[in-house]
Amino acid sequence: MTRTAFERQLTEIQEDMLVLASMVETAIKSSIEALKGRDVELARRVVTQDLKVNRKRYETEEKCLELIATQQPLASDLRVIVSVLHITVDLERMGDHAEGVAKVALMLSDEPPLKPYIDIPRMAEVCIQMLNGALDAFKDRDSARARAICDMDDEVDALYDQVYRELLTYMANDPRTIERATQLTWVAHNLERIADRVTNICERVVYLVEGHIEELNVSKY
Amino acid sequence: MVSSEKRAETVLLQPGFLAPVTEEGDDESREDHGVALDLRGLNAWYGSFQALRGVTMPVPRHRITAIIGPSGCGKSTFIRCLNRMNELIPGFRLGGAVLFDNQDLYAKGIDPVEVRRRIGMVFQKPNPFPKSIYDNVAFGARINGYEGRLDEIVERALRQSALWDEVRDKLHKSALALSGGQQQRLCIARALAIEPEVILMDEPCSALDPVATLKIEDLMRELARDYTIVIVTHNMQQAARVSDFTAVMMMAEDRAGELIEYGPTREIFTKPQNKRTEDYITGRFG
Repeated sequence: MTRTAFERQLTEIQEDMLVLASMVETAIKSSIEALKGRDVELARRVVTQDLKVNRKRYETEEKCLELIATQQPLASDLRVIVSVLHITVDLERMGDHAEGVAKVALMLSDEPPLKPYIDIPRMAEVCIQMLNGALDAFKDRDSARARAICDMDDEVDALYDQVYRELLTYMANDPRTIERATQLTWVAHNLERIADRVTNICERVVYLVEGHIEELNVSKY
Repeated sequence: MVSSEKRAETVLLQPGFLAPVTEEGDDESREDHGVALDLRGLNAWYGSFQALRGVTMPVPRHRITAIIGPSGCGKSTFIRCLNRMNELIPGFRLGGAVLFDNQDLYAKGIDPVEVRRRIGMVFQKPNPFPKSIYDNVAFGARINGYEGRLDEIVERALRQSALWDEVRDKLHKSALALSGGQQQRLCIARALAIEPEVILMDEPCSALDPVATLKIEDLMRELARDYTIVIVTHNMQQAARVSDFTAVMMMAEDRAGELIEYGPTREIFTKPQNKRTEDYITGRFG
């Protein structure tokens, strides 16, 4: 049996999801760049682009619903569609977190930097590695890889705690830093949430490949 | 593996990614070819019995339009109105208009044979003639007095109907030796050989197994690039799978068939506007 048109549509929703992921990845990178470089223009662009991210998510969702309604998908086909539906929601929320970082970048653009940014960009870097790994696991239908990616979340959580503690110290030592430090804890929080969302994507990869839903983000940290 | 930079680059290179955000959706990838058939207030009677009442809808060109509805709702009567097949039934009368390229098919002076050449039909049960595969496909061209290269016509039609590879070595064998699915594709080839613009299909898969059915459905999608297709089907899932537009028909209290909803297939099967459509497609009625 061929079902050429259906196959094409199934491929299309997966491609749409990957495009959405690339848009989100760009948003994460740009938001951190904007923060580091106090680049107002770039930060504004991330905020504006989030509308496109949202729209792409809804477009993909509509295509998925159409496939469910018209093509009677079963077994692995059904799991692909359900996974894409879930993953696009997570990606869209990750886009919102990047937008959150960009908004902090805007607010801090007039202020002198509190400290050199090292751990926060590192957190973003790990998030992006996790995201790319999860997407490769999706494309390769590799559930072992998806599980391994989840372990990286511990590194992000550890970095988050480190940044948080450090910022608390700044605030305790000098109350004039409270506003800037609080904003930066929001940045770290957004990145920590992004990593959590990647673990959701990994759970969907396991579901796609193995057909069962398994909670992977049980932190060992 | 696509590197993160590469993947991001791909997106950034997409036209419009960095352009200002607007509210319009993406353009439809498929070009609009306008309307092939335009039905205006179609009424049909068999003697005193009204079988169709007030059907008004377009049939878009180079698209697949499915007609669905419960038994007896007038689907077959409807499709047979589109190429004047019902005229062969004694006592049949028609009201309203069927416009084909803005010309009323039932106007005086219109030759019904020419109508049926331009608007071909494939029936429920495969009905090849008891002749060779070749003669089946060449039949229409021959009776239309075509004197060109029949071999080319036969090969093209068999290729278009995705049957060529299966029969190229046995063109002069009897068509009746083919499987049911092959026979139906042969009937499609026979319809295509006389170069119609519209193909009407009345339950084309109801006598076929699931594999042959999916082959015909794939074929329909291929053919919709060049032809306008109207399909009547009992099988709602088939309408959902294969069509671009869906018309839902129901029987009124006096048993006349009425069109209760028409629209893009994705809309009909995800958010129908009419409660009766909703009940029908969710299996709560009909």
